[in-house]
Amino acid sequence: MKKSNYFFVTVLALSLIMSGCQQGTNKSSNGALASSAAEKVYVAPGEQDEFYAFLSGGYSGNLTVYGLPSGRMFKEIPVFSQFPTSGYGYSEETKPMLNTSHGFIPWDDLHHPDISQTNGELDGRWIFVNGNNTPRIARISLATFETEEIIEIPNSAGNHSSAFITENTEYVIAGTRFAVPVPQRDMPINEYKGNFKGALSFISVDQESGRLDLKFQIMMPGFNYDLSHPGRGASHGWHFFSTYNTEEANSLMEVNSSQNDKDFIAAINWKKFEEYVNNGGGSKMATNYAHNVYDDRTHTGTSTMVKEVVTVDPTQVPGAVFFLPTPKSPHGCDVDPSGEYIIGAGKLSADLTIHSFTKMLEAIENEKFDGEAYGIPILKYEDVMAGVVKSGGLGPLHTEFDGKGNAYTTFFISSEVVKWELGTWEVIDRKPTYYSVGHLMIPGGNSRKPFGKYVVAMNKITKDRYLPTGPEMEHSAQIYDISGEKMQLLYDFPTHGEPHYAAGCPAELLASKSQKIYRLDENEHPYAVANPSEARVERDGNEVHIYMSTIRSHFTPDNIEGVKVGDKVYFHITNHEQDFDVPHGFSIIGQNTSELLIMPGQTKSSLWEPKQVGVWPFYCTDFCSALHQEMQGYVRVSPASSNIELSWSLGED
Amino acid sequence: MKTNNLKFLLISCISILFLLGCKNENKQDNSTVGSDTTSENKEEGQAFIEDDEAVPNVLQIAIGSPDHTTLVAAVQAADLENVLVNAGPLMVFAPTNAAFDALPDGTVDNLLKPENKGDLALILKHHVTPGNYSKDFLKKFKKLGQASDLNTTVEVKDGEVYVGGAKILASIPAGNGIVHVVDAVILPPAN
Repeated sequence: MKKSNYFFVTVLALSLIMSGCQQGTNKSSNGALASSAAEKVYVAPGEQDEFYAFLSGGYSGNLTVYGLPSGRMFKEIPVFSQFPTSGYGYSEETKPMLNTSHGFIPWDDLHHPDISQTNGELDGRWIFVNGNNTPRIARISLATFETEEIIEIPNSAGNHSSAFITENTEYVIAGTRFAVPVPQRDMPINEYKGNFKGALSFISVDQESGRLDLKFQIMMPGFNYDLSHPGRGASHGWHFFSTYNTEEANSLMEVNSSQNDKDFIAAINWKKFEEYVNNGGGSKMATNYAHNVYDDRTHTGTSTMVKEVVTVDPTQVPGAVFFLPTPKSPHGCDVDPSGEYIIGAGKLSADLTIHSFTKMLEAIENEKFDGEAYGIPILKYEDVMAGVVKSGGLGPLHTEFDGKGNAYTTFFISSEVVKWELGTWEVIDRKPTYYSVGHLMIPGGNSRKPFGKYVVAMNKITKDRYLPTGPEMEHSAQIYDISGEKMQLLYDFPTHGEPHYAAGCPAELLASKSQKIYRLDENEHPYAVANPSEARVERDGNEVHIYMSTIRSHFTPDNIEGVKVGDKVYFHITNHEQDFDVPHGFSIIGQNTSELLIMPGQTKSSLWEPKQVGVWPFYCTDFCSALHQEMQGYVRVSPASSNIELSWSLGED
Repeated sequence: MKTNNLKFLLISCISILFLLGCKNENKQDNSTVGSDTTSENKEEGQAFIEDDEAVPNVLQIAIGSPDHTTLVAAVQAADLENVLVNAGPLMVFAPTNAAFDALPDGTVDNLLKPENKGDLALILKHHVTPGNYSKDFLKKFKKLGQASDLNTTVEVKDGEVYVGGAKILASIPAGNGIVHVVDAVILPPAN
């Protein structure tokens, strides 16, 4: 066996090398074409990318920002995970952002970003993301790339068919992947069937402030709600969820949840539910969830526990929910730019099933039902199905659109992106990915107006694509030019964490609105120091509050005495810079949180609990200036029994 | 066999040396022309990564088996190599050479013709299940959903497991699933 293996490898090595050589010789005759791939992704020094791309970080809990077509990573935005790079989740101001009904949760699994829309087009106000594990939805400002709000989703578990927004950003929609007892209670797992519920949550968005409000939850049967997308255009007002495990199995899911030939796409007329709730429908249920809001005037997050939620029994709102049979445990559930086609990607299948919104309405009108599930009418597959894409690939997952009548679908098992035409369902082109692609993204590819120039394929497996030291590799992404009939692979780049989905938009939509500083005269932080002359140290029992300011290149004050072992020392640091991209950092020996990185005009606080007597230095962690190395200070820590008075100074001997 | 391998080694070493020169030229080209990442080779993808450390995947197991040369030739003719090295998990029912020989005369030769690549791929995919179950565990199933998009049957007779009528003769765990050696070709149900 070994020998034959070696034989095989040798042949392969040979043929690979030979083909490599052939490429080389081809190149001379193909020069113009060959150079075009490099030219298309080359963004010269000082030039800027054409698109922003926001890639979910998956198990990093954060969101990463890239430029397209260069594939350069600009930033990691902390959302659900503590981020020592900036002190997010460590500073006193940001700890409340990670509060939940389960206490302080410093991590999550961030899956699906979606940019806010107006009339179905990207508007660049906010980006919404979901935390899967301890169900949460976050709103991030696209002016500052700061997480401004996190709302926990009660009655949900594995918050996966989220965070997708309706075409005027009326709602962020969050569906549960795992059905759970509602309300949670102590009960046997094998009594799942019929007793567990699948909550679909509708979170309204204030159009001015962006503030989120969990308006109602639809208590659906206990299936797994996998992914979802909003209707648009004619289908605006509807939302579509793929489901699996309509068997309601609770063990060895890989076998037991795949017994039905067809699962469902659930079509939800949310406008009917909204009307029902607005007219007093639904029932108020006791619950407990955290709603965390960050205020960029006080530079502080606050966490509020909410105790009630409105739940709706879907059978009480007639004509508002229907099931569309869809083969083979559909994963992706994507809606084309016109809103007419709903694409279900049966992940254990070779084919894509496309439902027609028009046909669905006709079938509903004519009440052509094929039975019901838990009182919810099931439409006939043949009546709603518009077509099937016979792809020839294996394991279809996700589809995006170019706005020119084409769709692009990823195939996990056969590692490829397949381009096909809406309406004819004909495959136009297919290109391999490297390797085992999950999601893909076209900027605006999930809106009425896609920017169909590039598609980015996000792969689960990297293996040999880069220098190969592992065993764990950063995942790989490939960018393809899709402006022509055939896709052209342009470039590979590594991604951070595990991108499950991404959203992109033209750079010009955000770049001009980017906020460069926080105005010091608008700082309403209770511990802010408006002027260095206000800098001071105050004691309140064993709490010591240091009101400190920074400017290139010193802290005010820089020497502090009178702190004692056992004190809780709060450094409240206001950055007095008002210059773009000049943060100051702060760290002190033995600080058991992380540094602080304080933006111009911001105030941030760090708790330090000195345990040893001595004179302990602190310093600026961000190379802020030519005299950065001089930006330091000392805290004298005396024994707990000491009676040295608090004192502080700058520039005194 | 031994001498053959040696010959190959020698030839490959020489070729590599020869081709390395060729590669260097490429590099010089790159500085002015840029690299063309868009050309695709048939032999590109996960199946062609050199890795002698990880547990062999289902494809490598088939390739390593002298009883499965027909199957391997068919997989290569249908360009399914990269599918079989996927993370899967994949359960491959691997008919032996004898199983292919038992098909009516000319069947295999006919399927290997380029114009029949689609039919061949369908038949081969009908031997693959997304999953990883032992022979014993398979007894829990009545049917399996195959990568062909069609179902096949699972039956237990006298303690033996038959998938689509083919008896499981042996089972080999793989890095990305499992290979069950079967004594017959599993034909997709006629429409």
